[in-house]
Order: sequence, then structure tokens, then C-alpha cells
Amino acid sequence: MTPLAVSIAGAIASFTLVLVVLELIRSHRLRERYALLWLVTGLVLTALSAWRGGLNTIARWLGVRGYPPAVLFAVGILFIIAVLLHYSTVISRLSDQNVMLAQRLALLEQELESSGSRG
Amino acid sequence: MSEIAELPAVTLALPGLGELRRVAIVPALNEEHTVPRVIDELRAFDPGLDIVVIDDGSTDRTAQAAAARGAKVLRLPFNLGIGGAVQTGFRYAFEHDYDLAVRVDGDGQHDPAQLTRIIAPVLAGETDIAVGSRFAAAAGGYRSSRSRRIGIRVLAWTVSRIVGQRVTDTTSGFQALNRHGIALFARDYPHDYPEVEATVMVFRHRLRLLEVPVTMRERGGGHSSITALRSIYYMVKVLLAIFVGLFRRNVAPQEGTE
Repeated sequence: MTPLAVSIAGAIASFTLVLVVLELIRSHRLRERYALLWLVTGLVLTALSAWRGGLNTIARWLGVRGYPPAVLFAVGILFIIAVLLHYSTVISRLSDQNVMLAQRLALLEQELESSGSRG
Repeated sequence: MSEIAELPAVTLALPGLGELRRVAIVPALNEEHTVPRVIDELRAFDPGLDIVVIDDGSTDRTAQAAAARGAKVLRLPFNLGIGGAVQTGFRYAFEHDYDLAVRVDGDGQHDPAQLTRIIAPVLAGETDIAVGSRFAAAAGGYRSSRSRRIGIRVLAWTVSRIVGQRVTDTTSGFQALNRHGIALFARDYPHDYPEVEATVMVFRHRLRLLEVPVTMRERGGGHSSITALRSIYYMVKVLLAIFVGLFRRNVAPQEGTE
């Protein structure tokens, strides 16, 4: 059985994550599109921490014997991997766009200079 | 350009329009076949209307087709999505001191002939933003798919509750805006699926919004950016944005825009 203290600490920590993410959206420091995965992470971890019977059941399904909170770690790590992977795709897109911006800027500058010397 | 003499038709229908600097904002993504027709129809509606096409990273000849018809073209270096594209147009309108902006989609689903109805209340000073709604009255014409309509209804219901005014079509991009509306959207405009959040934003900034019944045509080209699975994502995202937005402090319009 999950120790009560672990459940309480887990629930508080996960719910704090949810609140922090909401506050970041509210203050325009985090876009909704990048916040959704974090929110799901926080909510799932909150639910798993608070719903102790459920955590035990899932642990049994997964063959985790002795220490059910290990499931919390596993789920947490899974979500962190998902968020990181998502960020890798975002960074790839941003660097592609950055290249395009630099190229467009160079073309524009050349156009400006040649039209300036003509006129 | 606005110096060209007006055709009597539009000046008769909308007295006072001729004195305003006005621009049509036309976002387009891979719509080379429909954009020229939209431009021609806008010219036919009002020859004094400047036309700005925002090419949102098209891979076809949308930009060339629009430029060939004499429209100004803002070519984005890559796809920003409809929100970012449209805001580019609002920024253009703001920085070039336009008094009135209309937004007409490049896919041909908005019939410029119906702009008279949308512009009239803005011109009369009755509202800051007028939105053409498919559902404001029992208008016929093109109807979107069933799932799409349900989504639109849910969003309309939610938004109506929040803003305290009946809003029937929160996804319509067929709009006319005065200087206050242009200034607000130039400063802050939502991304992705922007009209719903924008509607709430308009009320939070204490601007007036009015719906005008219109009919829309079937899309003439391109394809809807909203597919079945994406629409669920958008729904969640938009609802999240709306509810978090409720906890933002009211941002009053800037000095001089009152």
C-alpha cells in the first residue's frame, strides 16, 4: 500500500505544477499550445497520487510489487520524455524558420542595396 | 488607391465611406485559383479599397497571382497559421493609418458583395467590430459539416455566456473593424484558431462587437485547416485559453483609442 505521506506530497506537488502552468498562461509567459502537455502531466500525476486505490490497482496490473509509488515515478518520467520530445520538434522547427528568416533578410538587404544604388 | 473616384453604387449605399482610408485584409494559403477572383470582387464592390493579401507561406503561385491583380502582397517567410497571418494584415492597417479594415478570406467563401451589410454598422459608429454570422438569422447558403456545426455551437454558447451578449458565429473571419478594432488586433491577436478567443478579447477590452447575418459560399479552393482530430485539440486549446483569459486583468484600450 502507498504510504499516506507519499500520496499527500505527490498530490500537492503535482497540483502545484498545474497551478504554476495556469499562472504562466495567464501572465502570457506560456502559450496554450505548449502548456497542454504540462497540464495533462500535472493532472494525471495529481489523480494518481490522490486516488490511492487506483494507484495500487495499476501497480498490480503492471506487476509492481512492494512499492506502488514506483508507478508514479514511471508515469512522471514517461510524461517528461513526451514533453522533451515535443520540445525537440519545436526547436527543430524554430531553427528551420530561423534559417529561412536569415536567408530572406539577406535577399532583402541585397535588393534594398541594389535598388538604392540604382536610384 | 483611395484617390480614385468612387463608383456611385458603394458611396450611395454607404455614405461617408469615400472619405475613409480603407483596406481589405485577405489571408491566403495555397489559394492561387480563388485569390484573383476575390480581388476582382473586392474591386467591383469598392474601387477605393486598398487590398492587402497576406501569403501565409504558400507553395503555389498565390503571391504572384495576387500581385498580378494589383494587390499589395505581404509574403510571410513561412507558415504562421491563420492568426499570425491575419495579424500581419492588422499591423499593416495600423501602421499605415487606415480608418477601416475589412477581413475577407482568400478561399472565396466570403462574398465581397455582402460587405455593405458588414461595413454599415461600423461606419455608422454603432460598433467597433462587425462580424458576418452564418447563424444570426435563418440565412440559407453553404452549411459546414455536422461535426463542425456542433463545435461552432458549443463555442458560441460558451462565448455568449462569458461575454453576456448573444454571439452565434464565433468562427467567422468575415469582419469589418474601425480604428479601435484595428489597434487592438494589431497589438494582440490569438494564434491557431483565433476568432473565438478574439471575440472574448474584444469584450474584455470593452470594445463593441455586432453580428450581422450573412451567407457564406462553399470554399472555392484550398482546404479547411481544421480536420476532425485537430478540431478536438483546437476545442480544448481554445476553451483553455478562454477560461485562463478570464483570470487576466482587464486591459483597457490604450490612450487615444477610447
